[in-house]
Amino acid sequence: MSLDRRTTLKWMFAAAATVPALQALGYAPQPQARDVAAGQAGYGTDPDLTKEWRPGGPWPLTLGVAARLTTAALCDLIIPADDHSPAATAVGVVDFIDEWISAPYPQQRGDREIILPGLTWIEAEAQSRFSKAFAALDQPQKEAIANDICNAAKGAPQFATAATFFAKFRDLTAGGFYTTPVGMKDIGYTGNVPLAKFDGPPLSVLKKVGLA
Amino acid sequence: MSFISAAEADKNTYDVIVVGSGAAGGQTAYTLTMDGARVLMLEAGRNYTPATETPMMQTNADAPLRGSGTPEKPFGFWDATIDGGWDVPGEPYTSASDDPARKFVWWRARMLGGRTNHWGRISLRNGPYDFKPHTRDGLGFDWPMSYEDLAPYYDKVEMLIGVYGANDGLENTPNSPPGVLLPPPKPRVSDLLIQQRARKLKIPVVAGHRAVLTQRLDHTRLPKLLHPGNAKAQKILGEDMQKRAACFFATPCGRGCSIRANYQSTTVHLPPALDTGNLDIVTDAMVRIVTKRKDGSAEGVVFIDRKTGAEHRVKARVVVLAASALESVRILLNSGVANGSGKVGKYIMDTVGANFSGQVPVLEDLPLHNEDGVDGLHLYTPWWLYKEQLAGKLGFARGYHFEFGGGRTMPGMGTVSGMEWINGGNYGKKFKEDARRYYGSFVGFAGRGEMIPNDDCYAELDPTLKDKFGIPVLRFHWKWSQHELGQAAHMQKTAAEIIDAMGGRYPVKPQTGEKAIKQGGIIIHEVGGAMMGDDPTKSVTNSFGQCWDMKNLFITDGATLCSNADKNPTLTIMALAWRASDHMLGLMKRKEL
Repeated sequence: MSLDRRTTLKWMFAAAATVPALQALGYAPQPQARDVAAGQAGYGTDPDLTKEWRPGGPWPLTLGVAARLTTAALCDLIIPADDHSPAATAVGVVDFIDEWISAPYPQQRGDREIILPGLTWIEAEAQSRFSKAFAALDQPQKEAIANDICNAAKGAPQFATAATFFAKFRDLTAGGFYTTPVGMKDIGYTGNVPLAKFDGPPLSVLKKVGLA
Repeated sequence: MSFISAAEADKNTYDVIVVGSGAAGGQTAYTLTMDGARVLMLEAGRNYTPATETPMMQTNADAPLRGSGTPEKPFGFWDATIDGGWDVPGEPYTSASDDPARKFVWWRARMLGGRTNHWGRISLRNGPYDFKPHTRDGLGFDWPMSYEDLAPYYDKVEMLIGVYGANDGLENTPNSPPGVLLPPPKPRVSDLLIQQRARKLKIPVVAGHRAVLTQRLDHTRLPKLLHPGNAKAQKILGEDMQKRAACFFATPCGRGCSIRANYQSTTVHLPPALDTGNLDIVTDAMVRIVTKRKDGSAEGVVFIDRKTGAEHRVKARVVVLAASALESVRILLNSGVANGSGKVGKYIMDTVGANFSGQVPVLEDLPLHNEDGVDGLHLYTPWWLYKEQLAGKLGFARGYHFEFGGGRTMPGMGTVSGMEWINGGNYGKKFKEDARRYYGSFVGFAGRGEMIPNDDCYAELDPTLKDKFGIPVLRFHWKWSQHELGQAAHMQKTAAEIIDAMGGRYPVKPQTGEKAIKQGGIIIHEVGGAMMGDDPTKSVTNSFGQCWDMKNLFITDGATLCSNADKNPTLTIMALAWRASDHMLGLMKRKEL
């Protein structure tokens, strides 16, 4: 897999635009050129906002069977089940990643150029190190590969491209997971419920921060 | 009277044609119809019904791409905007320069109510200095009015739409009279921490002002104050106010509000205006030009039915352009009217914008609590360095405010992403622990500042390009001055100092003004292009938005603004539109139009 400089820069820019606090303020990233992939339609400029949308609805999913297996194994390595919540695959994150990299928009098409070669690299690495498919590796074997690519700053130079892939894949997995009801509960989001009044932070919060 | 077809509009007669249905068009039509004028409103986009079309309570898991912005929905899937963005298919614009720093991008929305359906609802009054900037520092232009001229209309708009806030009595940050503002929401924990730490830097942090009902409007008191001596208007408004619910502290305002708890033209201005029986609305009506009578006055407008492509001509005693500043400029230039001064298209402005964000360890691992509140701006920082600035100590001439936020908002794609700068990058159970630990500990500061009008920022007709309707498009010229660049750098430095004072950290150091400043048009506060003034040779309209060269043609949107204070323009646009409409009503009653 090779990433040209332009693709890498574009991805870095997209990452910088997703600082959570600014998203919370409601500020969109820079305008993207209206450059929907030829022959593919997006959801248009006036989609139905009253229905629930699911992956495969607005555009077809494109990941093959093998790629979905690799994706599932990697998702659950990043977000496994723990005492708080189930693993990523249990809440449909594979379908979500498929929806993302199959979308006709520029950012997602750019991410597809990172994700598909990255999945190929993971499989090749699993074969070369352990002569097995990635999904068939045991946990220590999966971790052996992941530990080389999960931290770009500490990673060896030959893993730089794979580390870029892993960071992007981790962001997509987390985005897919923490937006679900299960993920929102895990992270501690308790909003989106109608209230008669808004009381502000409870005393326990103010005390912890040193404001009461 | 109600929503009618283009063909029906051709047959009717009206006192006033209003082009546009957003903050300016909505306020203009409201004021005119409540006082008995018969109005035809033309909206370029489709009809829109917030009560049935607003995605209340949906989560990001119910949206494609988890609600992320795309070129087709730039502010995210659930955003209210229809057929809008910086790039509207079939409706291009051009730039005179290929230099990215000199390109202006133009946001439009094609829907009833325009961008009021999705805006931030931040509603700040211009202060006394903001009407006389040239007198104060020798730059830009004075307005042909003072704060005192517009203050009664700020009062009226705040009472009509419902604005929360507090009266803090700060310099050039006017108080509202008693009984006008609604109570502000309680601050979030990050707001309180910012307030505590900013105080040590002598930076004020006070209640924000936004058009959101923190409680129901007083439907007995307010209609009498807004429409004295007009029993019919009082009755209609009183009944309509009872149909607006208070905020229930969930669902981001940018989606619009089906319970009508925040201001949108479609939920506040248009329902009572329609109830008067004096308003007809034609949607999908793209206005091409203002037509002229033999005596040189405005006759009406020509519009194109977006659905059939057919051209229609409608006539009235008065024509009002409220199509958004630059769309109104475009109509004027294509009509070849009201430009004896040569100033149509000149001195367009946006707001200076630069963002800075970081992470604050003391906000990690807090007990669970709901921080949705009223969505945006519980507290904010108004500009505070007026004296230092006037003394020439800052190197840039005009101020900015900070909008800030953070906290435990509904998770989206950005909520647990890009954490490598904090934890290096990990996976597995440790990653899940980190997600819980850092959620809610980020703060973001958005500096929003005043741009000074300059000779390098203007719009003209592109010599060749036309849109899909065959209407010539705008070509933009743009250049920031050192004032804006210096201000953007100051925003970055100051936000970093506040985060430092909170014991926080940030992934990127404060940047230069050139790097930090958002492209012209990104903040979507574009105003100017048909400036008001006292001198017909140097301005397009008088202080009532009445064109010098065409007395029955008015402009009530942001095109007439002489400066673009850091106060965000929408509340001022509505106050100007109400004042202009009162003036129009007087002239019509006296048969002077």
